[in-house]
Amino acid sequence: MRAPPLLNIRGLSIGFTGQSGETLPILRRVDLAVAPGESVGIVGESGSGKSTLALAAMGYLKHGLRVIAGDVLFPERDMFALSPTELQVIRGRRLALIPQNSGQSLTPSMRIGAQLSEALALHSGAAKRDYPARVTDLLNKVRLPDPVAIARRYPHELSGGQQQRVAIAMALAGEPEALLLDEPTTGLDVTTQAHILELLRDLAAQYGTSMIYVSHDLGAIARVCARVVVMYAGEIVLAGATRRVLSNPSHPYARGLLASIPRLASSQLPAALDGIPPMPGGAGAGCAFATRCALAEERCARQHPDLNDPDPAFDNQQARCHFAERAVEIPLHTQTPPQPAVNGGTAAALTLDEVSIRYARPTLLQQLLARRATATPTVSDISLAVVKGETLGLVGESGSGKSTILKTIAGLLPTDHGAIYLGEDEALAGEIERRTHAQLRRIQLVFQNPDESLNPRHTVAEILAQPLQLYFQLSGPELRQRSRQLLDTVRLSAHYLERLPSQLSGGEKQRIAIARAFAAEPDIVLCDEVTSALDVSVQAAVLNLLDTLRRERGTTYIFVSHDLAVVRALADRVAVLYQGRLCEVGATSQVYSLPSHPYTEALLSAALEPDPDSAPRLTANDVIESSPPAAGCPFQRRCAHRIGPVCDRETPPWRTPQPGHAIRCHLPMAADAPARATGGHGGVN
Amino acid sequence: MNDAAAHNPLAGLAAVVRDIVRTPSGAAGLTLLVIHLAVAVSAPFWAPYDYREVSSLLLLKPPSPEHWFGTDHLGRDTFTRTLLGGREALIVTGVATPVAVAWGGFVGIFFGLVGGRLDDVFMRFVDAFLSLPWILKMLVLIVTFGTGPEVFIPTLAFFYGVPIIRVARAATHDVVARDFVWAARARGHSRMTLIRKELLPNVRDALLVEGAMRWSWMLLAFSSLSFLGFGVSPPTPDWGLMIANARGYMSFAPWGVLAPMVALSSLIIGINLTADALAKTLGVDRAQKAPI
Repeated sequence: MRAPPLLNIRGLSIGFTGQSGETLPILRRVDLAVAPGESVGIVGESGSGKSTLALAAMGYLKHGLRVIAGDVLFPERDMFALSPTELQVIRGRRLALIPQNSGQSLTPSMRIGAQLSEALALHSGAAKRDYPARVTDLLNKVRLPDPVAIARRYPHELSGGQQQRVAIAMALAGEPEALLLDEPTTGLDVTTQAHILELLRDLAAQYGTSMIYVSHDLGAIARVCARVVVMYAGEIVLAGATRRVLSNPSHPYARGLLASIPRLASSQLPAALDGIPPMPGGAGAGCAFATRCALAEERCARQHPDLNDPDPAFDNQQARCHFAERAVEIPLHTQTPPQPAVNGGTAAALTLDEVSIRYARPTLLQQLLARRATATPTVSDISLAVVKGETLGLVGESGSGKSTILKTIAGLLPTDHGAIYLGEDEALAGEIERRTHAQLRRIQLVFQNPDESLNPRHTVAEILAQPLQLYFQLSGPELRQRSRQLLDTVRLSAHYLERLPSQLSGGEKQRIAIARAFAAEPDIVLCDEVTSALDVSVQAAVLNLLDTLRRERGTTYIFVSHDLAVVRALADRVAVLYQGRLCEVGATSQVYSLPSHPYTEALLSAALEPDPDSAPRLTANDVIESSPPAAGCPFQRRCAHRIGPVCDRETPPWRTPQPGHAIRCHLPMAADAPARATGGHGGVN
Repeated sequence: MNDAAAHNPLAGLAAVVRDIVRTPSGAAGLTLLVIHLAVAVSAPFWAPYDYREVSSLLLLKPPSPEHWFGTDHLGRDTFTRTLLGGREALIVTGVATPVAVAWGGFVGIFFGLVGGRLDDVFMRFVDAFLSLPWILKMLVLIVTFGTGPEVFIPTLAFFYGVPIIRVARAATHDVVARDFVWAARARGHSRMTLIRKELLPNVRDALLVEGAMRWSWMLLAFSSLSFLGFGVSPPTPDWGLMIANARGYMSFAPWGVLAPMVALSSLIIGINLTADALAKTLGVDRAQKAPI
């Protein structure tokens, strides 16, 4: 049926020894064969064992892990039986790894050209005098503009996307037969991610390289891989053609996972997948997913299911489920019933009036002359009003100033110019020391990563006590009582009070962080990428929690995210930021449909969806700009719809195609919109 | 480290000791340290001779069943004097080390939190201070104020607190940038609350390890001062002084130098091994430690 596999993983089990001496498996009897030229995706949430599997394919184990059973054949020889010298020959020359954070895997003190030459010396048979030509050739392959200039640069002089391209070029140096990609686009901006994925697709097609693509992101896998395996608790629970798995998976977990991903086209909250995966070794005798599965019966807890034979009813998908034929009972688009829009009236909860923020501080000379810092402000001229009870989404790529604005509202960064009003007209001081306790209490922050935002040395009780003691002077039984209530609010039981953050899962930690914010009984909660560090199924639960809380309490949210689909699900209104300047503001439905600012359009079209039929369109190049242009439109250098010098010279006017919808662009809106929608795309592609 | 244990001080200590003993070097270090402390506390009750007992008949006698480590130039029993010779050093440094950690730690955390120009200027003074040789600085103070524990304790605590400022400040810098400190700032807590509740629990481990290291440096410094004649006054036995006195007879009565040397080095090795194991247990990176 198929060509003999290039990489053949047979019954691989990998585990470590627990504290009481028992063996805890991370991978359990994994079988995976990759044919020459084939691209296979490995998808799973954190802790599913996908990265361990990818590294094992290289014949590498993280410290403390060992192979319990099985082998990894590449192509015919067991990777774990090879000597280090033999492995060295295979790694890089026949099988190359592209790691997640390539910026960190490049040597900071070496020029790009030198690093690539080193890779060539190690992994290719090229003659030394050919290196410069080969380096240029490799950089061309990964479509870096001006390869000769890039080769002379240091890694820090490149953007994240460019660094990732260099890492790919380095992996290609030995002309390997197979590439292992471990979350290669995670952490990159959407437009950059889309460009890298298209590059990988083309490379695979052009050179016939096999790819093993590990990611938590079904959307990314959908772009690159023809076949996908879904991992859960160290096992492959579903294998099949990507198109089929994404449209109608035959395993309950995969269906729940798909349903929990927010979609760009939907303004509703995705359904959460309750529960958490078992810890290594905690899967028990039965199906690892049984405790979270809607189809589970008594047999599932008792008997471990095998991977079924290809099921013709599901286009030959193989599911590890006793009741795979009933999987369709789990709806793929279960979404919470539409909730009525929050109606908080029109009273303003927070107003930003022409706020500018600068990181550059005035030099001593400038201070003496009472001048301001000369650099262009990081965030400039932001005027926004948030209505009580409303959720305002702030979207933009990294460096767009979203988090900076939140920090300024919270008083952690001073404004350079402009004013912030709390409520209708209560002016907020720029410095936190000059704000009253009441003002501080009314604005609370929830951070992106709960590992960072919770003090690792404090128990949950101590974490929750901080705002309660500070703002309400609670102590003793009252404090205890209120803390329990707060835990209940975020759907956690009271016995969590004595736990330390390290004893909680990611989702639980973020719930504690949310409970701490709500302990202050705030009017406004500033959410900074609060779900970005979480797995999708957990993300859906946290989004639902946030939505419930604001409906119960009439809390106003300012919700910062780079994920457009998440913002769509939660926000009433959206503001799009580029380089610290507002591009577009409007109701969510207005911003997510045409006409829109060219930047919004670029973001929306580059966003990945776990849908085999949605292809991202690249309407803007992925050059990352480090500072905004001195004059004109901030997006001028990347815009696909530039109309001419006016974009470079003049700050664009606000146009209002509809009431409540404002776009800052020189393009005339109403008449030109359809033409842009069809004609402009693909200009950069 | 075991997080649950870190929370309950007593159980935490037990867990830390268990983790230290788990490695061979940690077990050896802790054993040496415990033996030294036990001897220092109990030796007055069972030492075979009076440390002051001079005998003109027993000058520089080699080791024998009566005098295990021989006798010194005044005929005193070297074994007795070695057993008692660490007491003064351990008392002085045992008090000075916690004082040094406390004041150096507080100042370091404070400037790490405040940052800015004040921090810049202050740290340049610290650098300048540290660039002077320690023995000169210390001798100036001792010559001015005299000897005795009441001078040694504040002097050692002061000098050894200064490098702790740097360590505490560096450890604080790693913590202040983290979101939970931002979160506490945004809530509007006072600076003292920030130090006490958010920073100190996270800097504590680094300070503990640094304190253990400083303790061994301090012991060496104290013995060096004794060796130079600025430490304890005779006839109180002290290793540094014993080495200084026996030095002249080293070629024909080496036991007089060897016994206090072995005692002093085994104590310092014990402390260092324990500190290293403690650092590993607590997950503190000791890579950037530097002697003053």
